[in-house]
Amino acid sequence: MQQTRLDTIFKELGANKSKAFVAFISAGDPDPETSLKIMQGLPAAGADIIELGMPFTDPMADGPSIQASSQRALKAGMTLKSTLDMVRQFRNDNDQTPIVLMGYYNPVYIYGVDAFIHDAKQAGVDGLIIVDLPPEEDDELCIPALNAGLNFIRLATPTTDDARLPDVLANTSGFVYYVSITGITGSASPERHVVEEAVARVKRHTDLPVAVGFGIRTAEQAQAIASVADGAVVGSVLVDIITKSLDAQGRASAETVTETLKKAQELAEGVKRA
Amino acid sequence: MSEATSEANSKANSYTTGPDENGRFGIFGGRFVAETLMPLILDLEKAYGAAQQDPTFLDQLQDLQTHYVGRPSPLYFAERLTEHYGGAKIYLKRDELNHTGSHKINNCLGQILLAKRMGKRRIIAETGAGQHGVAVATVAARFGLPCTVFMGATDIERQKPNVFRMKLLGAEIMPVTSGAGTLKDAMNEALRDWVTNVDSTFYIIGTVAGPHPYPAMVRDFQSIIGKETKEQMLEREGRLPDTLCACIGGGSNAMGLFYPFLDDESVNIIGVEAGGHGLDTAEHAASLAGGKPGVLHGNRTYLLQDDDGQITEGHSISAGLDYPGIGPEHAYLKDTGRVSYVSATDKEALEAFQLCTKLEGIIPALEPSHALSHVGKIAPDLPNDHLLVMNMCGRGDKDVFSVAEHLNVDIG
Repeated sequence: MQQTRLDTIFKELGANKSKAFVAFISAGDPDPETSLKIMQGLPAAGADIIELGMPFTDPMADGPSIQASSQRALKAGMTLKSTLDMVRQFRNDNDQTPIVLMGYYNPVYIYGVDAFIHDAKQAGVDGLIIVDLPPEEDDELCIPALNAGLNFIRLATPTTDDARLPDVLANTSGFVYYVSITGITGSASPERHVVEEAVARVKRHTDLPVAVGFGIRTAEQAQAIASVADGAVVGSVLVDIITKSLDAQGRASAETVTETLKKAQELAEGVKRA
Repeated sequence: MSEATSEANSKANSYTTGPDENGRFGIFGGRFVAETLMPLILDLEKAYGAAQQDPTFLDQLQDLQTHYVGRPSPLYFAERLTEHYGGAKIYLKRDELNHTGSHKINNCLGQILLAKRMGKRRIIAETGAGQHGVAVATVAARFGLPCTVFMGATDIERQKPNVFRMKLLGAEIMPVTSGAGTLKDAMNEALRDWVTNVDSTFYIIGTVAGPHPYPAMVRDFQSIIGKETKEQMLEREGRLPDTLCACIGGGSNAMGLFYPFLDDESVNIIGVEAGGHGLDTAEHAASLAGGKPGVLHGNRTYLLQDDDGQITEGHSISAGLDYPGIGPEHAYLKDTGRVSYVSATDKEALEAFQLCTKLEGIIPALEPSHALSHVGKIAPDLPNDHLLVMNMCGRGDKDVFSVAEHLNVDIG
């Protein structure tokens, strides 16, 4: 498989002994225009990788924050097609920052796997995280995506034991997303030493970079987690800033973009101190 | 067709060989879950496989079915309904007489015995009408395990008697407000709880849906309905029934009745979905008639959804049928043509509810009232020796308040 933007960024960061800050937002939250502005501002705020949520009505692995952001985006008329349009627009003036689409399988399945892979690749997507496609279902999307040169980033979790890890890692590329807790997004933050052991365990099975997510809310936590991994993924806290910035009618306010990017910058600085 | 002939059918032509090792019924089913849950469902599959081979487990289950649930449930000849329609001979499989008032207990007993075997210390479940919730709360009480039931806020409102029953049984009710606050959302929330409490918790899914092995396991536990029906009909009429009819939300009572008959080619099998305000409106819960294949809650099946793959809300007068999906085996049986799937509207179900109450002195749940409504459509045109079995899968006590409301009767 050809080198993707994800491979490039981790190589660069590794050479500088620096860690990756992966920032998550839901595409189209709270509205398509504001969401694009946030996305466009993330690289300057210090995001090395953007994880863009594909809104879905039934986000079963997500906590209340990301559920709400998904609902806001859908209400604002977001579809999978407009998520891909958003990536295309972002790519008009940014060709470096890797973009990973994160979501659930059904919208992709309904879009059509082949059409989706083609359009995602053309739009400038680098990788996919599909929560409800474990290795047991690799034939659905993972293999076709890999063949088309898209990274397929797998989640490894505390329940993924050593016997199972090789299966989980087999078709994983780009990086491994270690879910630091058993739970949904936005839950409590894990202890640093627990994460350290877990990352070491994953690394015994792979040379891929390992980014850790779920439960990181502050710059200090981001620093602590990034210091024992190759990167930290932050989502719910950014989404919470968006939520807080909305006006009484649930619309974006003057602060929505600036406050979200300010928080992203804080978290990025935490990661860079690691 | 005789039993022997059906036995002689080659395995390749059998409808009862599924699911395959990947949990697929044709293209349907599968294991579409987050990685955190994947090891759990693999464990469950292993534990269930072992339990099926263990005489102790099977004996214990059978003993409870007999003495706790009251099985076998009668196969009752509904003389007055038969006279009323003036055609087919109508039998009701009386699973509403089970302890807790519906077929749901059949599955819950099997799963809680499995939970005990696996050393789990806490039970969670989702519920729509509350029948499954009540059955789960019941077995949790019986086996002394703490139990949390996720129920949509909308459903809590329309199923108050069952909510109170669950509380009496010691269950904790978690109201779910996300989405439309119905069964689909309750299932999302139960999955979120499971992913958080993986070590301690056993998730008792109430229908033939979810990731493998749930669809097959729930079907197996419910198949006692069809097995008994077969024996009872052979004893009573000396032959197999000609038609089977059952309502379908997720489809567990239907799968339980149908499964033992799938390879009996002479038996016509009909599933009745909830037509809500009509299939020509957006307000129905008929996934097979009005949906298309997609992936939700761990399996591929027919789903109510829009062109973007977003799941839409089902609607039915009956909270137990109000689910935008259907068990994957039903999706398979639809596509292969083995089972015919039709629908009945809210209004038709309500009429059948009243008719059955007046003619047979049996207050049916609104769910089987849908099946009964379809029986009323076909029975008059069938000959008098046509043996028709309808699964009376639940009793209507829980529904009297909402029925009163629909009939504009104020009962306080």
